[in-house]
Amino acid sequence: MEKARPLWATPLQFVFACISYAVGLGNVWRFPYLCQMYGGGSFLVPYIVMLIVEGMPLLYLELAVGQRMRQGSIGAWRTISPYLSGVGVASVVVSFFLSMYYNVINAWAFWYLFHSFQDPLPWSVCPVNGNRTGYDEECEKATSTQYFWYRKTLNISPSIQENGAVQWEPALCLILAWLLVYLCILRGTESTGKVVYFTASLPYCVLLIYLIRGLTLHGATNGLVYMFTPKMEQLANPKAWINAATQIFFSLGLGFGSLIAFASYNEPSNDCQKHAIIVSLLNSSTSIFASVVTFSIYGFKATFNYESCLNKVILLLTNSFDLEDGFLTASNLEQVKGYLASAYPSKYNEVFPQIKNCSLETELDTAVQGTGLAFIVYTEAIKNMEVSQLWSVLYFFMLLMLGIGSMLGNTAAILTPLTDSKAISSYLPKEAISGLVCFVNCAIGMVFTTEAGNYWFDIFNDYAATLSLLLIVLVETVAVCYLYGLRRFESDLRAMTGRKLSWYWKAMWAGVSPLLIVSLFVFYLSDYIMTGTLRYQAWDASEGQLVTKDYPPYALAIIGLLVASSTMCIPLVALGTFITRCLKRGDTVPGA
Amino acid sequence: MRQNNSITQETQEGPRLRKYAWDTNEEYLFKAMVAFSMRKVPNRETTEISHVLLCNVTQRVSFWFVVTDPSKTHTLPAVEIQSAIRMNRNRINNAFFLNDQTLEFLRIPSTLAPPTDPPVPIWIIIFGVIFCIVIVATMLLILSGIQQHRRKNEGPSEMEDTEDKCENTITVENGIPCDPLDMKGGHINDAFMTEDERLTPL
Repeated sequence: MEKARPLWATPLQFVFACISYAVGLGNVWRFPYLCQMYGGGSFLVPYIVMLIVEGMPLLYLELAVGQRMRQGSIGAWRTISPYLSGVGVASVVVSFFLSMYYNVINAWAFWYLFHSFQDPLPWSVCPVNGNRTGYDEECEKATSTQYFWYRKTLNISPSIQENGAVQWEPALCLILAWLLVYLCILRGTESTGKVVYFTASLPYCVLLIYLIRGLTLHGATNGLVYMFTPKMEQLANPKAWINAATQIFFSLGLGFGSLIAFASYNEPSNDCQKHAIIVSLLNSSTSIFASVVTFSIYGFKATFNYESCLNKVILLLTNSFDLEDGFLTASNLEQVKGYLASAYPSKYNEVFPQIKNCSLETELDTAVQGTGLAFIVYTEAIKNMEVSQLWSVLYFFMLLMLGIGSMLGNTAAILTPLTDSKAISSYLPKEAISGLVCFVNCAIGMVFTTEAGNYWFDIFNDYAATLSLLLIVLVETVAVCYLYGLRRFESDLRAMTGRKLSWYWKAMWAGVSPLLIVSLFVFYLSDYIMTGTLRYQAWDASEGQLVTKDYPPYALAIIGLLVASSTMCIPLVALGTFITRCLKRGDTVPGA
Repeated sequence: MRQNNSITQETQEGPRLRKYAWDTNEEYLFKAMVAFSMRKVPNRETTEISHVLLCNVTQRVSFWFVVTDPSKTHTLPAVEIQSAIRMNRNRINNAFFLNDQTLEFLRIPSTLAPPTDPPVPIWIIIFGVIFCIVIVATMLLILSGIQQHRRKNEGPSEMEDTEDKCENTITVENGIPCDPLDMKGGHINDAFMTEDERLTPL
């Protein structure tokens, strides 16, 4: 008797699993940056348009395919067409790359979480130097939060060529992160289904708490007003539309095979159309919600820095000219400066080079994304809040939940095809397969804990998934619409769910979405080709800031290998299937 | 040559500016603290408050001060005074409820307090706790999984044994032996017999 496929206990678990997977770190650290760069409030226009035109249809397509075929990505695409199981293999390869580097972020979140239980927070003070007369030099040049990130957490080397040794502290955190992921996926949907209740809902609780705290911070409104003021001229900028499309695409996690894997554990009669709309809407509203929180935190940080800068200038002038305490305030600073310049010109000229021009706009203009936002900018804002340990613990706990939720989807994308294949699952129970996958990923992930690990992380983050995913989803859409047949798929869906497919979905799947993906693909290819050599940001310890460097040839080769190993799967497997079929036909023909 | 020491008193704390009330009593206290610091130096135990002189006091609360020797003929070298004050910096700060940032002695760099280093870093303790919890939970899940697996494997083989036994004994259904339920021992109900002809043949 065939073992029944494990199912989600309730449809709610499936929805929570999709939300927990889709709502990840990109909503928190990429969307606010894009919003700020491409016109503030007016970025919402291309974002919502792309959501309706690209995000919802493609999400529905993946969920429908998974629910219909009831197999992981490799099996599902093999069912659609045997020549297309390469698409499934490519998805698994990309998911494998992603899970390798993504869990390192969870390791870093663990590191910061464990360090949040100290008073004062370790990233709020610089360590003192050898003879205790001042602070550490690198920390003086940079800020204490940057120092803690680059020196204490990463212990980063000056360039990617200098590999350094594996740092035992992040390595321990990485092992813990993988153990936690293993614990959550150990029993398949039985354990994952319960964990996603927490990983999907807890980040919202923390975001809500942060929203209330953020909006009541001093200077939060400065940030909100500045960031959300629409700059309508950005609507004409094609980059805004391209970035909106890219953000929707990657934020929903299309093409990795995780959505197909999750949907394959559904009852066939599940209404995946409703779920697709719910998940995509929730994902986008979470992005907007998170950016409100982020901008209020930005506003607080910028106002704090601006006021500290002003106070330093006031102190400097008060000391140099022996003015009375309290005489100089922020409001009369300019007047008094003018008076001093005219009354004591020589002394003023001496002091003048040290007087910094404090500007709130320049503080607000610092746009950061990625790990820099999460681990440097946010920690800088948190250290200035009251009861900073509590806020720090909450924040990194939320990052951890978001990261683990996405990891569950990534590992499901790898494990579902493995457990579906009879060859492997007959030898090993699913606990052993999960354990093996986690162990291999953890071992390879140790590369990211070396001194040059962050540079390799950036390589994987920027190049491992971008082009390959676009190609995978393009082939998926074309395959379902034209190879499998849109009408056949429509009747399958009607038989499964009992609902008629709306004309809107058919139009999007057959026409608009593939065109969009092709244009994105062409844009990115031409962008890579035109910029010529690829560069990266390296941390210079002597200067205390980032410098741009070129990648060495072997790093470029690895980038090429990353992209090729997933994209080449599609044609290679198709070719392989074609050859085996020809050979089989060649064998049978003489016998007939 | 006269060596002067200059002190500047700053009282700003962030965006709120609190004026430090500086009057002759505070000056007296300051002179007392400087004399106290000098008396701790090996051969300067006879320094009196009257030996400390303040001058050029500005509204900023900044001034110069010198310490003269007991005969009041010359002032003491600045280096000696600087080292004496550095030794007692904490006491002087606390006397005025100020700290190194708000009470600044020019030319006397402050010694920064070393960061408190607990013997075991705190983060390792928390890491250890969470690590152990995760390992224990994983072990529990794996062990219960293996137990379930074993129970499932034993289950079907148990059913096969009982089936073999049944073939040699009378099959029992609902506590009634099956044999008496055949046609021999009962009456045939004609109404039910004719039912078969009404049914269409397969």
